[in-house]
Formats: sequence, C-alpha cells, structure tokens
Amino acid sequence: MSDTHSPHLAHHFDSPVQQFESGKLGMWIFLATEILLFGGLFCAYAVYRANHPEIFVYAHRYLDKTLGGINTAILIGSSFTMAWAVRAAQLGRQRALKVLLALTIACAFGFLGIKFVEYEHKWKEGLLWGKRYAPHAEGRAEPAADPAAAVAATPPAGVNAEEHTLIPPPARGPAGLAVSDHADERLHLEQEAPKNVQVFFSVYFAMTGLHGIHVIAGMALLGWILLRASRGEFGPDYFIPVDLAGLYWHLVDLIWIFLFPLLYLIH
Amino acid sequence: MAETTHHGAEAATATAVHPFVHAVPFKVLAGVFAALLVLTVVTVAATWVDLGRFNLWIAMAIATVKATLVVLYFMHMRYDRPVNAIVFVTALLFLALFVSIALIDTRAYQPEMIPGYAPAMER
Amino acid sequence: MADKGTAASLVTGNALAGDNYLNHTKGLRSWLFTLDHKRIGVMYLVSILASFLLGGIFALLMRTSLLSPTKHIVSADTYNQMFTLHGAIMIFLFIIPGIPAALGNIVLPLMLGAKDVAFPRLNLASYYCWVAGAIFSLLSIVLGAVDTGWTFYTPYSTTTNTSVVAMTFGALILGFSSIFTGLNFIVTIHKLRPKGMGWFRMPLFVWGLYGTAIIQVLATPVLGITLLLLIVERTLGVGIFDPALGGDPVLYQHFFWFYSHPAVYIMILPAMGVISETVSVFSRKHIFGYKAIAFSSIAIAAISFLVWGHHMFVSGQSNLAGMIFSFLTFLVAIPSAIKVFNWVATMYKGAIRLDTPMLYVMSFLFLFGIGGLTGLFLGSLAVDVHLHDTYFVVAHFHYVMFGGTVIAFLGGLHYWWPKFTGRMYDEAWGRIAAVLVFVGFNATFFSQFVMGSKGMPRRYYNYLPEYQIYHQISTIGSFVMGIGFIIIAVYLIRSLIAGKPAPANPWGGATLEWQTTSPPPHDNFALSPEAGDPYDLEAFRWDAAVGGYVKKSDAAVAVG
Repeated sequence: MSDTHSPHLAHHFDSPVQQFESGKLGMWIFLATEILLFGGLFCAYAVYRANHPEIFVYAHRYLDKTLGGINTAILIGSSFTMAWAVRAAQLGRQRALKVLLALTIACAFGFLGIKFVEYEHKWKEGLLWGKRYAPHAEGRAEPAADPAAAVAATPPAGVNAEEHTLIPPPARGPAGLAVSDHADERLHLEQEAPKNVQVFFSVYFAMTGLHGIHVIAGMALLGWILLRASRGEFGPDYFIPVDLAGLYWHLVDLIWIFLFPLLYLIH
Repeated sequence: MAETTHHGAEAATATAVHPFVHAVPFKVLAGVFAALLVLTVVTVAATWVDLGRFNLWIAMAIATVKATLVVLYFMHMRYDRPVNAIVFVTALLFLALFVSIALIDTRAYQPEMIPGYAPAMER
Repeated sequence: MADKGTAASLVTGNALAGDNYLNHTKGLRSWLFTLDHKRIGVMYLVSILASFLLGGIFALLMRTSLLSPTKHIVSADTYNQMFTLHGAIMIFLFIIPGIPAALGNIVLPLMLGAKDVAFPRLNLASYYCWVAGAIFSLLSIVLGAVDTGWTFYTPYSTTTNTSVVAMTFGALILGFSSIFTGLNFIVTIHKLRPKGMGWFRMPLFVWGLYGTAIIQVLATPVLGITLLLLIVERTLGVGIFDPALGGDPVLYQHFFWFYSHPAVYIMILPAMGVISETVSVFSRKHIFGYKAIAFSSIAIAAISFLVWGHHMFVSGQSNLAGMIFSFLTFLVAIPSAIKVFNWVATMYKGAIRLDTPMLYVMSFLFLFGIGGLTGLFLGSLAVDVHLHDTYFVVAHFHYVMFGGTVIAFLGGLHYWWPKFTGRMYDEAWGRIAAVLVFVGFNATFFSQFVMGSKGMPRRYYNYLPEYQIYHQISTIGSFVMGIGFIIIAVYLIRSLIAGKPAPANPWGGATLEWQTTSPPPHDNFALSPEAGDPYDLEAFRWDAAVGGYVKKSDAAVAVG
C-alpha cells in the first residue's frame, strides 16, 4: 500500500484499483438484478403477445408514436450527457461535470413530462389497466359503465352460459367489454376491438410504470451526485460514484430502447 | 484496442497516477450519440413498410444494436474487465431461458384451455 | 490491535480477555450501526433463530392439532393461517438467510483472510431490509393472517380477504436483503481473496456461498416482480394473472417457481459447503475430490434454473413442458450425488471423531440422501400425479430442507461457535441433542412418507381415521425434536456465560478463520495471512498446553 493513503480508500481495501473494480463489479451485478426484474415483465409481454397478437395490433394504435419517439431521443440524449459527465469527472473538469449532470436531470424531467402527458391522455380516455379499462370515444365525457350493471350483464354472445358459470364473474368486469346498447359509437368501437384489450394496457402501464419509477430513482441519485459534484468532491482521484450512477442511468435508457419498439411500434 | 487517449496535461497525469482511469474520447461519445439518433429514426421509419412478421424482428434487431452501442461505449464495457461483461451476458442468458420456456409452455397449453372456463379467457 | 491481548491469549489464541470484535466498542449503538461483518452476522443469527423459534411453535401447534382426526385445538381457518405462516416464516425469514447471511457473514471474510466484506454498508442495509421485511410479514398476522400457503398462488391470493399485501410486501423487502447479501458475497469472493488463494485454493464453503450468491442475484429479482404484480393486482386491479381480465394464472406459477425452485438451492448449497468443511476436519483427512465438489456447486446453481416446472406437473402446465422439466429434474441428481460420494469417500479410512458437528454431518448424509432420492420419485411425471400434494411431498422437502439445510446449519453453528463466541459448549449435551433431533426428525417425517404414499393430502385440517397412527407418530416425533432444540438452546446459552474459553483452533481446521484468535479481533487478522491448501490437516497437531491445534511449523519455530 502506498504511503499516501487516499481519504477515499475504505479500510478493508488494499488499493484504489481494488476498490474501484469492486465497486464496478458490484454495480454490474446490481444491473443484472435489474434486468431480471424487468425480465418478468418482458416475459409477460412475450407470452401475451405471442398468444394474442390481435390485442397488441389493435391497442398499440392508442399510443402516440411521435411522443414515444421524442422521449426515446430525450433519453438517449440524457445518456450521452451522462457518459460525457463521467468523462468530465475523470478529467477533473468541475464546471463541465456540473453542467452535464444538470442537463441529464433536465432530460429526465422532460421525459417524465411527456410521459405525464401520455398518461393523462389515456386516463381521460379510460384506456387504463385491467379492471380500470373503460374506453370511451374521445372528447365525450361519457361515464364508465355502472359496475353493478356489468356484473349483471349477460355473457357476451358466443359464450355458452353453462360453461361460463364455472368461475364466478369478476366483481367488476372490464366495463369496456360489457355489451351495451347505449351509444352507437361505442358499439362500433367494440365490434372492431378484439377481446381483452385491457391486457395490453395492463402490460403497458406495468412496464412504463416500473420504468418511470426507475427514472425517478435515477433522478434522485443524480441529484445527490450533482450536490456532491458542486462541493467539488470528484476528480481524477475519485469518480466512482459518478461512474456507478452513470451505469445505472444507462440501464434505464437501455430498457427504454426496448420498450419503445415493443409497445409503440407494433405493426 | 483500448489505447488510452490522452487529452491534455490533466488527463495525462490522471492516467499516470491511476492506471484504471480510462476516459472515453469525446469523439466516440458523440459518434455513438449520433448513431443512436439515426437508428431511432430508422426504427420508426421501418414501421411504415409492411413486412409482416419481419417488422418485429427488424425492430428488435435495431434495438439490440442500439443497446449494444450503449453498453460498449456509454457504459465502458469495451474498456472494462471481462468479468463485468460476463455478469451482464449471464443475466441476459437467464432472462432468455425464463422467457423462452414460459413461452413454449403457454403456447403449448393454449389449445387445451376450455373455452368459457374463465369468462374472459375464451377467444 | 491483537498485541493488546494478554499473554495467555497469545499462547492459546483466546482473546476473550483481550481486545476482540465483541468488546472492541461498547453500547447498543455500536452494535446497531456496526459495519463489522461479524457483528452483523451475529445480529442476523439472533434474528433468524428468533424466527426459527416462532415458525417452530406454529409447527408444533399444527402437529398437536393433528393428533386426532376429530378433536382440534385450533379452528380450520386458524390451521390454514398457521401452515402458511410456518412456511413463510421458515422459508423467507429463517432458511434463506440462515446459512449465508448469518454463518456466511461471520465466516466468509475470515476464510478469505479479509478485513471485511466488500461493501460493509450494504451488508448492514441487508440486515435492516431483513428486519423491515420481517416486520411487514409479521404485521400480516395482526391484519388478518394469510391463508394461501407460502406460494401465494393466484387467483386465490388475489381474492382472499386476508392481508396478502402485507405479507408479500414483506417478502419483497426480504428479497432485497437476500440480493444485497448475494451481491456482496460475489464481489468479496472475486476481489478480496488473499495472496496465494487462487480459485481452487478457496475453502469449499466459499464455493458453496458463491453458487448461492449467483442464484440469489439472478433469481430473486423475478420473485420481486412477481410479488409486485401480485400487489398491484390486489390493490389496483392490474390483471396480469387474473383470468377474468384476460390474464393467465399459470403464468404466475412460472414466475413464482422461476425464483422459488432455485431458492431451494439457495438453502441447500451453503449447507453442502458446511458439510464439505466439517467432514474433512472431523475425519482428519484431506477432502476427497475437491474440484468435483467445487464444480458441482456451480453446476447445481446453473441446473437449478432449469427445473422449476416440476412444481407444476398437475397444475395446468402443458404436457410438452412437463416432459422437458421431468427430464431436466433428473439432471440435478448428478451433481448432488457427486458431492455425496465425495463426502463419503472423504470419511473412508479417515480418523473419524464423533464430535457434535460430525454427528450433524452424518445426520445430513443420511437424511439428505433420503430427501434427494425421494425427489426423484416426485420428478417422474406419472408418479408425481399420484404423490402430488400429499404428505409424501411434505416429507420429501422436509428431509431436504430440515434434514439437509437445518441439520447442516446446526453442524456449522456448533463448528464455528467457539470461533465467534470464544467459548466451548458442553460436548456431552451437544451429542445427546444431536441424536434426539435425528431420532425425532425421522419419527416426524418418515411416517409422513408412509401416509403420503397411502394418499393423505397435505394442508388438510381433517383426515380419515386410518391415518391417525401415522399422524400420532409424527406428532410425538415433533415433540422429541422440540426437546432436542430446547436442550441445544440451553447449553449454547449456558456456554456464553460459563463455557470454557475456546482456543484459536479447537478442531484442527486448516482454513484461515482458525488462524486468528477466538473471538477474532475487530480487523480479523493482525497481519494479512497467506493462504495455502485449505484441507492440509496434516500441518496441524494437537497441543495439550494450548488446548487446541497448532501449526507444526509454528511449533517448530517456537522450540527452535
């Protein structure tokens, strides 16, 4: 061990290199756990898309490709500024480091803002997950079907009533699927729609929601790194936290790179 | 392959003192950024052409190329110790295992399902 | 730091009077905020033993209730809640963290000659995740104890009125605890090995922990997303697993078992590591087939991910997947059998010493053998149709979980007890208790094999009178086991107060943890040790003056 004991070297490591490599390996293992965490959702996506492709073809049209594309570009941009920030930290360029970290966080805000616009739109249209799925024509403040009526509703045509009774109906069925003869537009929409469109929105909200939580966590992490950077803590001697936060942020980007074509660009 | 590029006196001292410091050259970062943007446009444009089921594979291939660029350059994997790459690839392999077996099974039992057994499951 | 020790401690290697990790700093806060792996391990140990006690009480209550087919001490609903709590507590709170987080935490850095694990703060975070997870899980008892069984199968778990959300949220946090431990151990093993310790100079317990950590890191996140989806299904109505909403409940089982089958190997791999250490030391013989045991740990870790579907043979899985999984299940038997052969070969012509840890080793070989072989019955598709969800399954996994993991845990606890407490326990009582546990265990669970093969279904509150005799034998056996555990608790606690001070190396082990004092100093080693062959037992000899083993070369130096 060198005589100049770095203040950043923990007592149980022999050298800064050992500490640096341990940190990196630890972070990569953490990223592996993140991949498998999202993996569950990718698995659910693959299973439902393989078995019911018509749902995905039908429902993806409700997502806005332009907004999704812009968000992809924003996230890629934030990854770029982040990678650049790591470089700035390694070279000890304090001002550039702070500016780039701030830019990365700004991009994250932009991403969440657009995501919010998309979510709000779906909320208004009733294009929500599972039980909350109750679509109605745009611009019409039509109330969702009465839950009590949905329970009492007769089974959809084509289902044998006796087979149907083996499992009791859900307490509140997907109102959008209930046969209703109130509005003509509604009926039209339903005739076109395949069954179980809510599955797509369940998967959509689960995937983008979990991703969104990771974006928020990343923003908190980067905010903390920015705070430390503004105190001038980082430099060529010590940039592990910037590097590791960067790895995490790139993974968030990586997952979005797959979510975008899987959810928005279905053909 | 991973020659350390020195950028100014600062970097030279940094790499001299700490051999593990490797700053990715700015040109590389900017080039990767540009490539990612171009690929994003390409993947959106690919949906305008109807290629049947190949659309999905093209979209996935482009996403994989993009992800590879991010991992290799933004995440430094190209310059890193191989053990980190092994960890990453192992995670992907186990994910592939999980998805593919679940997929094989669910595909195989679809025809065995009784229509109407669960109200909303029947096709 | 070690030079603060008294002269006596330098001779015997006992540091109770001098500076050690237990008295290095004082006060409750110095424990609650400690970053010392040994103290975190001790806190883990106390916590998991408390959960073991709780889970054990539930088990004894269930067994008592099953004494008679008609008269019960609890209601049917309470019975359902009790077997759920017994399973969830024993698995999530006790067995999974049992050997890695408690014993592994204490021993791993010592075995590597390191000062600590790679990320001490993450280690403490892991412990507090365990505490938080335990609180949430136990909160569910107050909020309406869960009655789904520990597997939380949908759609029942999404429709029952009990507090599934609290329990699953607790399990989710416990998952984080497990991931943090695994991550920490992998990095520690990769980066903190001492001079002279290549991969094939590592003690086999370290190999076991390494295999375990791989599973913890790769499988636990899938449990995380499964439980998250279950929670949002109950709270928000996201119907990924709800058939009424177009979801697929069989998919839930795929998700659940992708974690929970490998989790079985999270439990057994470190146990196998403990056995590899102790069987060699107490046979006074170099371990047989070191590389075969090391590689089989990794093979088991890898294959464990390929067999999850054997839990789903009769629950909606396709015939195709059933056949694939049945075939793959048999593969696990190969590396497991390789280990057993090597342990037995290690004992062959060894100078076997029947100390308490060795009694547990022999129990393990016997019980794990039965547990493993009956697993093959269950892995065969056709046989499983008959045996599925009977007491045969209950007996099988208790032979593996209890007869394997818990017995090895007890063996490891006794083996390392002198090291981390600095005290010897009462050997005579130790042997009596080990025998009692073995006898009680077999009475409890062998009878369950018999009644299971005769068709007694598991998780039932009532049964036909023809099964009563087996239930009675089983219940009596469980009481015998309970008495065994009380004896263990009494003599171990007593040893803390009145036990003989332990020497540095009471058993003559060659791994590095025996080269420091008992209990070790705060920084583990005065000087970073250099590693040699971890099973070179010939290099140590008994020294009556010390009351323990010393290195022959050191003794020669002292004489010269």
